[in-house]
Amino acid sequence: MTEYEGVIGLEVHAELLTESKMFCGCRVVDSVEEDPNRAVCPVCLGMPGMLPVLNRRAVEYAMRVALALNCTIHPHNIFARKNYFYPDLPKAYQISQYELPLATGGWLEIEPELGVVRRIGVRRVHMEEDTGKLTHTENGGSLVDYNRSGVPLLEIVSEPDLHSAEEAYVYATKLRQILRYLDVNSGDLEKGVLRVEPNISIRPKGTDQLNTRTEVKNLNSFRILFLATEYELERQANVLDNGGEIVQETRGWNEADKRTFSQRIKEDAHDYRYFPEPDLPPLHIDDAWIERVRAELPELPDAKIARYRNDWGLSRYDAELLADEKVTAEWFEAAVAAGGEPKAIANLLLNNLFKLMNESGQSLDEIDVSPEGLVALTELVEQQTINNNIAKSVLVEMFETGDSAETIVRAKGLAQVSDSDAILAAVQAAIDQNPAQVQQYLDGKDKLMGFFVGQVMRAMKGKANPGVVNQLVEQELDALK
Amino acid sequence: MDITDLTLIELRDALRAGATSSFVATQAMIDRIVTYDNALCSYLNLTDQDALQQASDADSRLADGEELPLLGVPIAVKDIICTSGVETTAGSKILEGFIPPYDAFVVEKLKEAGAVILGKTNTDEFAMGSSTENSAYVTTHNPWDVSRVPGGSSGGSAAAVAARLAYGALGTDTGGSVRQPASFCGVVGLRPTYGRVSRWGVIAFASSLDQVGTFGRNVADCTALFQVITGHDRRDSTSLDVPYENFEAVLTGDVAGLRVGIPQEYFIAGIEPEVEAAVRTAIDKLAELGAEIVEISLPHTEYALPVYYLIAPAEASANLARYDGVRYGPRLKADDMIATVKKTRSLFGAEPKRRIMLGTYALSAGYYDAYYGRALKARTLIKNDFKRAFEQVDVIATPTSPTTAFKIGAKVDDPLSMYLSDIFTLSLNLSASCGLSLPCGFDSNGLPIGLQLIGDTLQEATILNAAYAYEQATDWHERAPVLPESSSEQ
Ligand SMILES: [Zn+2]
Repeated sequence: MTEYEGVIGLEVHAELLTESKMFCGCRVVDSVEEDPNRAVCPVCLGMPGMLPVLNRRAVEYAMRVALALNCTIHPHNIFARKNYFYPDLPKAYQISQYELPLATGGWLEIEPELGVVRRIGVRRVHMEEDTGKLTHTENGGSLVDYNRSGVPLLEIVSEPDLHSAEEAYVYATKLRQILRYLDVNSGDLEKGVLRVEPNISIRPKGTDQLNTRTEVKNLNSFRILFLATEYELERQANVLDNGGEIVQETRGWNEADKRTFSQRIKEDAHDYRYFPEPDLPPLHIDDAWIERVRAELPELPDAKIARYRNDWGLSRYDAELLADEKVTAEWFEAAVAAGGEPKAIANLLLNNLFKLMNESGQSLDEIDVSPEGLVALTELVEQQTINNNIAKSVLVEMFETGDSAETIVRAKGLAQVSDSDAILAAVQAAIDQNPAQVQQYLDGKDKLMGFFVGQVMRAMKGKANPGVVNQLVEQELDALK
Repeated sequence: MDITDLTLIELRDALRAGATSSFVATQAMIDRIVTYDNALCSYLNLTDQDALQQASDADSRLADGEELPLLGVPIAVKDIICTSGVETTAGSKILEGFIPPYDAFVVEKLKEAGAVILGKTNTDEFAMGSSTENSAYVTTHNPWDVSRVPGGSSGGSAAAVAARLAYGALGTDTGGSVRQPASFCGVVGLRPTYGRVSRWGVIAFASSLDQVGTFGRNVADCTALFQVITGHDRRDSTSLDVPYENFEAVLTGDVAGLRVGIPQEYFIAGIEPEVEAAVRTAIDKLAELGAEIVEISLPHTEYALPVYYLIAPAEASANLARYDGVRYGPRLKADDMIATVKKTRSLFGAEPKRRIMLGTYALSAGYYDAYYGRALKARTLIKNDFKRAFEQVDVIATPTSPTTAFKIGAKVDDPLSMYLSDIFTLSLNLSASCGLSLPCGFDSNGLPIGLQLIGDTLQEATILNAAYAYEQATDWHERAPVLPESSSEQ
């Protein structure tokens, strides 16, 4: 049987979360939260005589994405009318770009397996406006909400460089991460703020032919993107193996059956009759503007991961977790800037604070623990005022009450005891109360050392300095030999 | 004397001097409209109550000594221009009952200037036509001969001004829709440079060609109205941000040394001999006044008509696709959503349907390069023709239309011959020039003949002054049509 490889390109639509819409002054609102038709005006309703005015902020957001994806931004931009009829499109054309898009020729590096870096081409990035939303009611009526009409939309088209569902998944999630880092999109697939549509064909492995492809639409999670792509690759392989032919078509995803299904074949494809938008003069983007936007770009995840590993000695795993979300990375870096030791901060943040946040369902910008507060906690450990175990419980207390580490340690008397006399008394008590274990130790069972340390720590309610306890237990037991 | 005989400027001066009141002038206009417009049908919608209210307001402001450019002056507005709270139909059944919640920029400007808005004038449906016969409501009649058309598409505005049913009027000019009816009705009509006047609130026909223009009984009236509607508007991205000019101040009548170009391509077979003779005489008059006459060539003129009839319908096919009855306008209900939309669209008249089909075809995959794409290239050639010409001359003089007003019904079944009526005007819309039409004589049927003066980009001052000089030396503009009294018992 022939061995195939996938030839997959992704078309991604990302709403740009600017304050106002692409061509009018209406607010950009959450399409799920806001009541229908509350953020509309004559322009985004396509009323007679109304004209578009370009939102330059939206252009800058688009430029951020283009630059982050290593694209060439073109100095001469033309908007075009994409004509098609649907009641959610109030002008019956979408202002988009066709020839001469904002940017072309970029790439995004992904690492689908450890150590295998692949550079995926980004064919074009262009600006357009979103449509409204149509809902069909049970009694056969149709309701239309134009809140989304005219929201700035970015179309990001990859080259068909992806070979598997895994790669498609990694590319899409990485693109989402970058969009979130750039503060231009929330990455919410379920709300449709981000839409990912793969086009998929297969070919015998090792060849470079391009075969008939299918597109899969309406995938509202990355998991479904993965499953649908995988299903489609397998389906096409079966068709070809059985001597069939792939039909160019648009397919949907049936979540119940976990299968793709045919929605529309190519013969029904629209002729969009693109032509230059006469209501908008060409948009000129000069180098100075590009450089201003470039200067505002944040450090992106790949650069952060490298820096965390190289400069701060973090593990790859920790570095990736910290850089995953911009808010985490910024919180972490704020803590380091406040004097925190990177590894100690990373440990408490990733292992303890995240667990608390998961339990309470809060995010980093909602919690009462500040980066400086966490640094103060690590300093108490460093100064041996408390030990690591106490530190974890102090953090729980900080998380719940919002009090500082110092306040909690003082109020609860958690400062650890390093006083040798007090510890020595406890050690001697432990030896006196456990003669059997002492005998076993003297008979050569060295592991019992830990038993005595535990007894001492328990007696001292965990506040004893573990180093001192260790040293004194060993010293006293050895004295019995 | 009859107050409705006053020109716009004369009325403005009389109001400022306290010699009359806006209420009196407005009431007199309304009475005259009631008397004569049943026969002419220049208005689609007379907003007489609003107008009288505005007139009263203007009178109190005049009494307070306010000096606004058009304070108290009654003006008519073409019904393709949106007026807040007042039905705006674009001459189409598909917008019957549509009441915009906004004023067009030009209407805002009229109101700011203190004008009284008498009502909305008739237009070919979506400004597609040269006679007003394509209006879905009514055909306007030419005041000089009611068996003839007033020209179009702004025929209602042109007829109203000619018949003294408004002191001035706004129109729109996409291929000649201000100048050609001005020519047919014997008034002055200005089509400013594209971008000089904001298109905000003007219902789009062909977005890259549409421009609001003004009608006056003479050059000064037309200029005063034009002055008011100019100015940058950031809501229209194609609105030009240019320094303020005082256009009334440039009307000196001095044309000594003005270089006037006569393009050979505009004096062709098909032009009525009386029209050609009148235009040539007018050119001689300009020479007499000190202008220098230069033979020039606009070599790509013959492409203007086909180029126009690719670009304008293409843009129209997109602009008109929104009229589906979903959000505004009438809705003809049918079984389901798509059937409802289809049925609603049957409200479009024959000419919009024809142009939607032409434009859709020209933009279709496989045809775009051959039609729309080539039209854009040819448009550049036409633009360059004008650019080169204006290196040699200051003004280009041509006939406005090859004929005088034709009979109602004469061309309705022959769209191509109707299209030819605009053959001398539409080149300008494809270029970046401005132009006007002014009366330069009458034919043996007593019908007005128009002289078209074309100026370079933003050179409205030059053509207005040339027209003013000619007008000062002639008296065509002083003639008035004799109107038939309509049977007002209807
Ligand atoms: Zn809006």
